[in-house]
Amino acid sequence: MSLRAHVVVRRGALLVDVDLTVADGEVLAVLGPNGAGKSTVLRVLAGLLAPDGGRVALDVPGGEVVWDDDEVHVPPHQRPLGVVFQDHLLFPHLSVTDNVAFGLRTRGVRRAAARTTAGAWLDRVGLAGLGDRRPTQLSGGQAQRAALARALVGEPRLLLLDEPLSALDARTRLTVRAELRRHLAEFAGCTVLVSHDPVDAMALADRVVVVEDGVVVQEGTPAEVARMPRTDYVARLVGLSLLPGQGRGTTVVLDGGGVVAVGEPAEGPVFVAVRPETVALYPARPEGSPRNVWPVRLVGATPHGSTVRCDLGGEVPLTADVTATAFAELGLVPGSSVWASVKASEVAVYPR
Amino acid sequence: MPAPLLVPALLGVAFLVLPLVGLLVRAPWSDLLPQLAEPQVGQALRLSLLSATLATAVSLVLGVPIAWVLARSTLPGRSVLRAIVTVPLVLPPVVGGVALFLVLGRQGIVGRFLYEQFDLTIPFTTTAVVIAETFVAMPFLVISVEGALRAADARFEDAAATLGADRWTTFRRVTLPLVAPGVAAGAVLCWARALGEFGATITFAGNFPGTTQTMPLAVYLALQSNPEAAIVLSLVLLGVSLATLLLLRDRWLGRSGSPVA
Amino acid sequence: MRLRAPLTLAAAGLLALTACGGSTTDAASPADGTAAGGGLTGTLTVFAAASLTDVFTDLGDRLMADNPGLTVTFNFAGSSALATQVTQGAPADVFASANQTQMTVVTDAGLADGDPTVFAENVLAIAVPEGNPADVTGIADFGDADLTLAVCAPDVPCGAAAEQVFEAAGVTAQPDTLEEDVRAALTKVELGEVDAALVYASDVQSAAGRVEGIAFPEAEDAVNDYPIAQLSDAPNPEAARAFLDLVGSDAGQQALTDAGFRSPSN
Repeated sequence: MSLRAHVVVRRGALLVDVDLTVADGEVLAVLGPNGAGKSTVLRVLAGLLAPDGGRVALDVPGGEVVWDDDEVHVPPHQRPLGVVFQDHLLFPHLSVTDNVAFGLRTRGVRRAAARTTAGAWLDRVGLAGLGDRRPTQLSGGQAQRAALARALVGEPRLLLLDEPLSALDARTRLTVRAELRRHLAEFAGCTVLVSHDPVDAMALADRVVVVEDGVVVQEGTPAEVARMPRTDYVARLVGLSLLPGQGRGTTVVLDGGGVVAVGEPAEGPVFVAVRPETVALYPARPEGSPRNVWPVRLVGATPHGSTVRCDLGGEVPLTADVTATAFAELGLVPGSSVWASVKASEVAVYPR
Repeated sequence: MPAPLLVPALLGVAFLVLPLVGLLVRAPWSDLLPQLAEPQVGQALRLSLLSATLATAVSLVLGVPIAWVLARSTLPGRSVLRAIVTVPLVLPPVVGGVALFLVLGRQGIVGRFLYEQFDLTIPFTTTAVVIAETFVAMPFLVISVEGALRAADARFEDAAATLGADRWTTFRRVTLPLVAPGVAAGAVLCWARALGEFGATITFAGNFPGTTQTMPLAVYLALQSNPEAAIVLSLVLLGVSLATLLLLRDRWLGRSGSPVA
Repeated sequence: MRLRAPLTLAAAGLLALTACGGSTTDAASPADGTAAGGGLTGTLTVFAAASLTDVFTDLGDRLMADNPGLTVTFNFAGSSALATQVTQGAPADVFASANQTQMTVVTDAGLADGDPTVFAENVLAIAVPEGNPADVTGIADFGDADLTLAVCAPDVPCGAAAEQVFEAAGVTAQPDTLEEDVRAALTKVELGEVDAALVYASDVQSAAGRVEGIAFPEAEDAVNDYPIAQLSDAPNPEAARAFLDLVGSDAGQQALTDAGFRSPSN
């Protein structure tokens, strides 16, 4: 492990207390809702904010360098890091090349050499020939690529990405995300990505840390987090219905009432996670095999690609994805009563 | 446009413009050239431009750092500092001149030392003119630059820091260029105020042609004996300052635009 | 009084002059009688040269004490500014100028009621800081380039008088500053920032204790007359008349002498 950080910061009513470790070459995503404290963590790692407690240290060959503890606070300009900010923050008074060369110039590289290196990096991020432009003359995607080149040009040990894609439109985000993924794969240092978008985290990160109200609520690979969310926030992010309950063999008694049949036996406090596409809706109680059948009411419906996402209320609150055709055939309007069914084998169950 | 805004606005414009129109109407146009050819006019004008420019330069060197301290530092007592810095704005300039005597005069706290140790006297010299003008005009620059610094996005400074720039480098390479339009506007304001400075100058620097007699002093004294000459001198001052402001606006302020939205 | 010997002597001479001059004004003066009657009412507005501030305020108080129904208000300023205000229609009863030139501006405009009378004279004196650190002795010291010297600008009355004096004395003056008015010159002496300034004897008197005065014979070449006139549009002519009489009376002349002026020599 290369970066070890225990960050403690008090921000008004919010106490941020987060433990992070990132290995060399690893991309860690810090995922969380707005106001959860993830940007605070990033500012502490960058040295822009001195923490109220904890310790931040970077492993180096033959020991470690402490960036923050009770006695030490290394200012940002003395930390070998690169930061990509949400709205790129390219200096408006400098050309794109000079923006990228900035981090080399501050570290004593001569102007000509710095511009040459900057030009090479602009080639790498696909901005060849745009170096003489001003940042305002770049598109959003181009600006974010330039910002990435600017952050990486100094060969930092730590790369911090603060919502790097959220200011981009959906199409651009897709291409920039793919490029970012490629550059991160080539990057040898530690990367910390802060985002509220699970897709960024899933696509770019090796590991995900979910932060809510200043503390880590879940940690794991993107696949683990997506499959077995532990909070409503994460469940919503990954599009699952999360139902806490008590395992009784192959049934789970939900804390909110109701019983769910599950494929694998479970005991004690567990989470039950139901994927929306596995939920089927019927105008009347279906006959036959399904063990999980509940009467529900349609609370809301939003189009979601070719399907309609239906929020369902009742003893067992669920989300169901049905095709637009099925939605129309069922004649659903908010308040309609329907029957929801899901196969026990499609229901995930895991300890709380 | 709503009348409650339009009418006072027009009245206000008339209030500001009519006195200038009065000057133009009453100007002895036929006498203009002979009046301007007076050597004292050129002398006073040269001295005015020189001292106002020097005062602006001094204000930039001292005032921009003050503005930075006010806008960016976490120093305690900044509001007190701001109040102190703006005192010359409300102080009658003549009192400012006397106050300068008390510090830099031959009998002043600092001036006495300079006089006794180095035989150096400041009052009644061109240096005194620059000092008096700086005292009165610098607050305009400080306030203008502080406003620009507050309006500028401090996150650019964060970005610079993460790129290895210490605070001085950040100030030089990022902050200053970002607030350049504000600094330029402040410098112009400061220069204009210095150019028109009268009270502190005549008190602290006295009035002597070629050394300390700036245009406003020449205007005031001409008013005692030859009002028409005073009007001519005023027109010259007016013309020079308008021309300079227009020139700077095109050349300097216009180009920078507003890089930070 | 901290005046040096020569000026003190001159002042003593002035006292004698005042006594002589007083008898002529006395006979023609109904001022005391009018004042004693206390019948004046309304407001009297006096425009007077700034150098008269202390004396005239004092005389105004006396007039008000004798006439409980009367209010005297003053506008003290530079004579040229006052003359401009009067010709621009300012509502004044009395105009007292520090020189004939500005009085002429008013009389030429036909705004004076009768001929102005000269009620005081003022001569230049050298003002030096207390203790006279530069050992200034006379007008010749104004030719010393090593001294820091203040003289009024030639555009203002005291500067014009200074030029006459320098010419009479054959001195090429080496001033460091040409002050915009006599008070500004005096202030610089009080602050000790100049070694000497050429001001009026009345100014030296007003700053007694903070500056020392040196009288010099060449001052007689630039005696400054102070004329006073009732204005033809005076809103309160009776009170104006009474004020003029008070200024010309023995009491008025004594007050002026105490303030460093001298009575008119003719």
